[in-house]
Amino acid sequence: MTIDRDISLDAIAARIDWIAEAPDETLVASAPQLAAELLALGEAILERWLTAHGGIPTQGAVEGFRLLALHRQGARGDPSFNACRETCRELVYQHNLAQSAPIGPQAVRALRLGAMVARHLALFIGGKLEVAGLGEFCCSSRPLRQSDAAAPAIETVISGA
Amino acid sequence: MSGKYQKVAYYPGCALEGTGHAYNRSTKALGKALGLEITELKNWNCCGAMEVKNIDPKLQTYLSARNLSIAEDMGFSTVMAPCNGCYHNLKKAEYDLANDPASREVNGRLSNKAGHKTYEAGKVETIHALDWIKQAIGEQGLKERVKNSLRGLKVANYYGCMYTRPRHIFPEKDRGPGSESTSQPHFMDDLLAAAGAENVEYPLKTACCGGAHTLSDSDTSTKLVLNLLTTAEACGADVIATECPTCHTGLEMHQARAEKVFGKKTSVKILYFTQLLGMALGLSPRKVGVHENFSESRDLLRAKGLA
Repeated sequence: MTIDRDISLDAIAARIDWIAEAPDETLVASAPQLAAELLALGEAILERWLTAHGGIPTQGAVEGFRLLALHRQGARGDPSFNACRETCRELVYQHNLAQSAPIGPQAVRALRLGAMVARHLALFIGGKLEVAGLGEFCCSSRPLRQSDAAAPAIETVISGA
Repeated sequence: MSGKYQKVAYYPGCALEGTGHAYNRSTKALGKALGLEITELKNWNCCGAMEVKNIDPKLQTYLSARNLSIAEDMGFSTVMAPCNGCYHNLKKAEYDLANDPASREVNGRLSNKAGHKTYEAGKVETIHALDWIKQAIGEQGLKERVKNSLRGLKVANYYGCMYTRPRHIFPEKDRGPGSESTSQPHFMDDLLAAAGAENVEYPLKTACCGGAHTLSDSDTSTKLVLNLLTTAEACGADVIATECPTCHTGLEMHQARAEKVFGKKTSVKILYFTQLLGMALGLSPRKVGVHENFSESRDLLRAKGLA
């Protein structure tokens, strides 16, 4: 699934809120599609950060997911970006649950939790776009991590994985 | 009881003498109830927190190393720090001194100037309060001591950011069964489950709360915290258990601010894991400092038979 490249972060957040608050019947009726959409919305959020910083969002994948590749791309040279590492991994996890669970309560729960995780990602990236230092609380070993900036390009990492 | 960590040095740090006093009180009360001995570092200093670290990380390394040096001088091989920020900074200092010659040079120079022994990496182990209880008492030991089970209490465990990040300063984590995980931490879940609590699935247990920007960008922090709170409620939690004074205060203050500024009221309660374990061992809410929390949880504790 692809998301309109020009969609704003606010519009992404509004769509995530809609999924989080949709009635069970709506979620049950299209669980696999909505799970895929949440993942794509997560990718779109990270794309906003990368393009705002002059980067070209990777089309590659890490562990089979572009979202994780985009996160790794964003974190290079910016350790505070790792404050959303587990958020991205949780989004992938809830996506997988929603995709693999039988259509029913389990899938609905995974979609709702996935939407809340995606909302957190949107809030975090939106916050970082306002104040770049957001997330530095946990990753303030910046001087030791500056060498990450010289790490191999994401495509190299992926092909070598 | 394993005997490991039976007697440790205690580094409360600044927050536990201020906004996190309930954590200080409950950590000490819990240790006493479990028969564990803690001895506070003499003349300890700030760990360097965020402010020093952001301006001069090597000075922060020295400040934390001085605390480790005090522990060594007092004859301890282990120092326990309940605050995630202090714990993180002592671990970071240990990593820096082991791996960065420039940090060793600065630490040596400043230690000489201050007139105390230069701390060398590997002399003192830094542990978190979670490691302390988990290793010294363990789940089985806790189960045997529970007098007032947390049965019926649904808990979302929130670990915050500094307990697991960055991964390279925590070499003892991610070592397989029995060790803590940096991607899915579980020590707090394990201990509270042993005390009878029902842990709910909580997908944001290490997500950012915006802590460092709580004053400079309050709206972002409030929105992040509000999502942590609403997600915990969606997961069915009565309580968010915390293990960091900064997280705890942030959750409490922004819970109130979310209602005031955004009109979003949440009712999930916020308690330190040490308060919950203390009450499970039969200590009164007052003994573990529930009255010092900003958020009011006594109705819930009464309903659950804990007060």
